[in-house]
Amino acid sequence: MAFVNMKNKEVQAKIVYYGPGRGGKTTNLEYIYSKFRERIKSDMVSIKTHGDRTLFFDFLPFDIGKIMGYDVKIQLYTVPGQVKYDATRRLVLKGVDGMVFVADSQIEQRKKNILSLKNLQENLASYKKSIFKVPLVLQYNKRDLEKGGVSLLPMETLEKDLNSQLKVPSFPASAVTGENVVPTMKKIISLTMTSLQNVMK
Amino acid sequence: MGSNYDDNVSFTDYTLGQEQLERIEHILTEDLIKSGVHSALLIDMAGNIIAKCDNGNCEHDLYSLAALASANFAAVDTMAKIVGEEEFSLLFHKGESESIHFSKVNIEFLLITIFGKEVSLGLLRLKVAEAVEKINNVW
Amino acid sequence: MAYEDNISFTDYSLGQEELERIENVLEEDLIRSGVHSVLLIDMAGNIIAQRDNGDCDHDLYSLAALASANFAAVDTMAKIVGEEEFSLLFHKGENENIHFSKVNVEFLLITIFGKEVSLGLLRLKVAEAVQKINDMWNR
Repeated sequence: MAFVNMKNKEVQAKIVYYGPGRGGKTTNLEYIYSKFRERIKSDMVSIKTHGDRTLFFDFLPFDIGKIMGYDVKIQLYTVPGQVKYDATRRLVLKGVDGMVFVADSQIEQRKKNILSLKNLQENLASYKKSIFKVPLVLQYNKRDLEKGGVSLLPMETLEKDLNSQLKVPSFPASAVTGENVVPTMKKIISLTMTSLQNVMK
Repeated sequence: MGSNYDDNVSFTDYTLGQEQLERIEHILTEDLIKSGVHSALLIDMAGNIIAKCDNGNCEHDLYSLAALASANFAAVDTMAKIVGEEEFSLLFHKGESESIHFSKVNIEFLLITIFGKEVSLGLLRLKVAEAVEKINNVW
Repeated sequence: MAYEDNISFTDYSLGQEELERIENVLEEDLIRSGVHSVLLIDMAGNIIAQRDNGDCDHDLYSLAALASANFAAVDTMAKIVGEEEFSLLFHKGENENIHFSKVNVEFLLITIFGKEVSLGLLRLKVAEAVQKINDMWNR
């Protein structure tokens, strides 16, 4: 539900980072915030617990410049990943235009990734949206751990588990080092803007 | 191994023993439920339910309510900071037959009361203030 | 299952002329009555129209995101305790207050005001503005 303001020639679009708890959604936004500090005028808003877990969402508005004559403001959000926060997680999805699903590459997180993706499908369905139609990018996070000797789920397994039906763009990434964080964001922005082009004529 | 990622166990910043929990439940029952409140919940800022008492007639989904309440409290707190306020006053939402009142106990806890028309807001505030003080004395 | 088309349109459309009329209503009814800042936002947190007295440098995009989330959380809590919806939202601070008013199923009107404006006057002015904004669609 991007809002296209014909008068001010401005578009606001909402992109939500989804995925299991402690998967690196907030870290993605923190990296983007640090990388593009000079282009982001406001502070990143994080509603989190004392234990540094996302409680409601993180929010980062990001001006990406002009597209087709419109000033485009991308609003990046994260959801709380913990299972118990499903009610609040669903609220953040309201009016979403594009999604990044951040999967955790650690072997023991395999089931949590699958459950979280299923939860995304259900929560999108509650807004009458199909996971097969919403612009979506997958990110397989924490690939940096491999260098430290931690064995991770192979990319093929992650693809098979999460992307065999969706067939959307996917990136191996490391949110802490920043590897592929910006390409992930650029991809979802591009997919989202393509889906919005019809309204921006 | 150089891993920056913690395991998934998250501990709370406070500890509450059995005896303290019993004293809190006693306060909720004596001060609030006996004054006509339908349901009283002590939750932490992460939305965990610490203690709950009700009049036996409540079938609300209190776990979702607690998660929403803590998230909402934090959202309101952030809005206050954006407009330059330390914090906003107490939160109170009035419905046709059920109303919800939120009160900050301390930096860790929120007290949520659900009550109907039988209880006036004035009485409720008085009782909640008493309960909050007693709960703070438990530590 | 029948899914809506997912190409992201808002459920409403607002032309240039309508936006100008809304901005006019916000300016005439609210800013001239002493309100510091007023936002018309949609339920997804987008800012539709905005006016202020020139002295406000609050982070309005964050505020809109928080306000829509706050409203949605309160609405969900209402449903959990069996209410259709809760009454208006109002947060009181030392110097700045925030008032929320539901315009219709799509829009919220957020006003930020100080001590110069009484809550009574504000409610009256907000009700008038809400009426005028709604009339634009109903004609």
